[in-house]
Amino acid sequence: MDWFAQLGNKTLSGLAGLGRASSLLFSALVARPQPVKMFPLLMKQLYVVGVQSLLIVIVSGAFIGMVLALQAYTVLVDYGAEESLGPMVALSLLRELGPVVTALLFAGRAGSALTAEIGLMKATEQLSSLEMMAVDPMRRVIAPRLWAGLISMPLLALIFSAVGILGGQVVGVDWLGVDAGSYWSVMQSAVEFNKDVLNGVIKSIVFAFVVTWIAVFKGYDCIPTSEGMGQATTQTVVYSSLAVLGLDFVLTALMFGN
Amino acid sequence: MEDLITIENMSFSRGSKRLYDSISLQIPKGKTTAIMGPSGIGKTTLLKLIGGQLHPDSGDIRFKGESIPSMKRNRLFQVRRQMSMLFQSGALFTDMSVFDNVAFALREHSDLPERLIHILVMMKLQAVGLRGAAQMMPSQLSGGMARRAALARAIALDPELIMYDEPFAGQDPISMGVLVKLIKALNDALNLTSIVVTHDVKEVMSIADYVYILADKKVIGQGTPDQIREHESELVQQFLGGKADGPVPFHYPANSLEQDLLEAN
Amino acid sequence: MTSRKTEIMVGLFVSLAVAALLILALKVANAGITGNGETYELKAKFDNIGGLKVRSPIKLGGVVIGRVGKISLDNENYTPVVTLEISAEYKGFPETTSVSILTSGLLGEQYVGLQPGFSIDGVEPLEPGDYIPDTKSALVLEDLIGQFLFNRD
Repeated sequence: MDWFAQLGNKTLSGLAGLGRASSLLFSALVARPQPVKMFPLLMKQLYVVGVQSLLIVIVSGAFIGMVLALQAYTVLVDYGAEESLGPMVALSLLRELGPVVTALLFAGRAGSALTAEIGLMKATEQLSSLEMMAVDPMRRVIAPRLWAGLISMPLLALIFSAVGILGGQVVGVDWLGVDAGSYWSVMQSAVEFNKDVLNGVIKSIVFAFVVTWIAVFKGYDCIPTSEGMGQATTQTVVYSSLAVLGLDFVLTALMFGN
Repeated sequence: MEDLITIENMSFSRGSKRLYDSISLQIPKGKTTAIMGPSGIGKTTLLKLIGGQLHPDSGDIRFKGESIPSMKRNRLFQVRRQMSMLFQSGALFTDMSVFDNVAFALREHSDLPERLIHILVMMKLQAVGLRGAAQMMPSQLSGGMARRAALARAIALDPELIMYDEPFAGQDPISMGVLVKLIKALNDALNLTSIVVTHDVKEVMSIADYVYILADKKVIGQGTPDQIREHESELVQQFLGGKADGPVPFHYPANSLEQDLLEAN
Repeated sequence: MTSRKTEIMVGLFVSLAVAALLILALKVANAGITGNGETYELKAKFDNIGGLKVRSPIKLGGVVIGRVGKISLDNENYTPVVTLEISAEYKGFPETTSVSILTSGLLGEQYVGLQPGFSIDGVEPLEPGDYIPDTKSALVLEDLIGQFLFNRD
């Protein structure tokens, strides 16, 4: 009986959380948008969320591209199929690793920072104080951060993939000696813009939405103590990573699964 | 005397814990009203109820005769421009300089040119004695300075009502003296209505026109500072005198001592 | 409120992303023959299409000139109909052109090979939507082995 009661309790509190998260999303994005006033705030958040994640994304992208090329080469060379290195690297990056790894890095780098920042604003009564100054914190604090996340992550994913493919070229062509012409031309004949590049972008837009939403909500909903905030940042990273990996499977099945 | 805020038979509970049981208060216009009581009885909650951030379970809170809990969101935001609140922590926006903090509400709610905003902000900062700290960031300020900067921000829009949440808590004697002087001076100069929530008896008795003492979900005493000093309630006297034991027991409710000590066996 | 440096950095960030998109679109995906350009359709009936799939390449002398658009079954005589989407650059194949389903390498993917026929007077060029009459089906390994065993008996 206890077990059922616990399950019921968990379900109810989960649903209540989902309800609060949805109403946050609604009031931040849908209700009364004010693009002119939001623009400078959005700029600032794009800088914090996007530009400051750039370094980690570029470095990771380059290394992942290089490792992919190295691993794929050792397998492909046994079948005399080194020229398939290009499509192997490009398709892995565009379809999977670009969007997914960027989303995971983003959750760790920007997501946790967003949660901590909003949580701290709540703990130091800055959110209450905004409300008492007749300024809606949804509009002022939440909305620009949501938009910044939503815009930044697809851009970061594109950069990640492009850097990764260049990294693959460095290892595959310059180091392992695959013919540069066949690296690019076989890649070109295998990669399709609509199917591979655009689907990757769509994936990362979905991930951006989910990760930023979780991060912002966890910050806004956290218990304003140091313990509560620690918990909230951990939850942001864990929940967003799980959500990204789960959604990735669903999206992949929808897009490439026929 | 006209009342700016009237609270009538208001009850409020947080979770299963009841904080207020049908209390009634009047805050007279143009006066300083102190609300005192032991820690943990939800004095900050009372200010948030007045500000419309929380909703009472029953009863009514009226601002100039208009019910706050039943206001629509837009109207509530309009009304809030006439009130401001000084939070216990100051609640300065940590990503802006002191100047931008004070200018925040002006920029947000008016279309004044930047030149005029500069003059207004400097005047407010002059009033709290922090004109020299305009370009500092909140993290560089001491606790007392942060609270004065927050005070400058609170009066930026020339509100009719200021609510002070524990303005003296954790201040050294000098800062405390400065804050007491500032609150009194601002109140007299701007003809403000002030609500001071605190448990620093001595300081607040010197500036308050009227005092409410809350304990055990109720108003246990009210009157002018002189009336309060003469109050016959034991609870009020315990609070004013700061005695360790009395109607508010030293011991948190517990089993008998013998029972708890023997439990180990 | 936003400093100039922030704006410049955000501008750089966005242009970097646009550059990445351009690299991906032009250098990696080669937007030329990806279905973005103009195409026209030809159709062909096969007895057996083997492992041919939608989006398999169509090659002429090794050059990719289009992709398989649709694979369906003719309702009257139950033969597979393959719709070929060919880039509009390559037009006017004569009606003597033949198509076959080929395999790249021993184990590779299957693709459609186009073999242009002769064109003399009286041979019309293929118009969009026409059926290519001359088709060679995919080689199915099991059938081949079966034939081989049968012929030996």
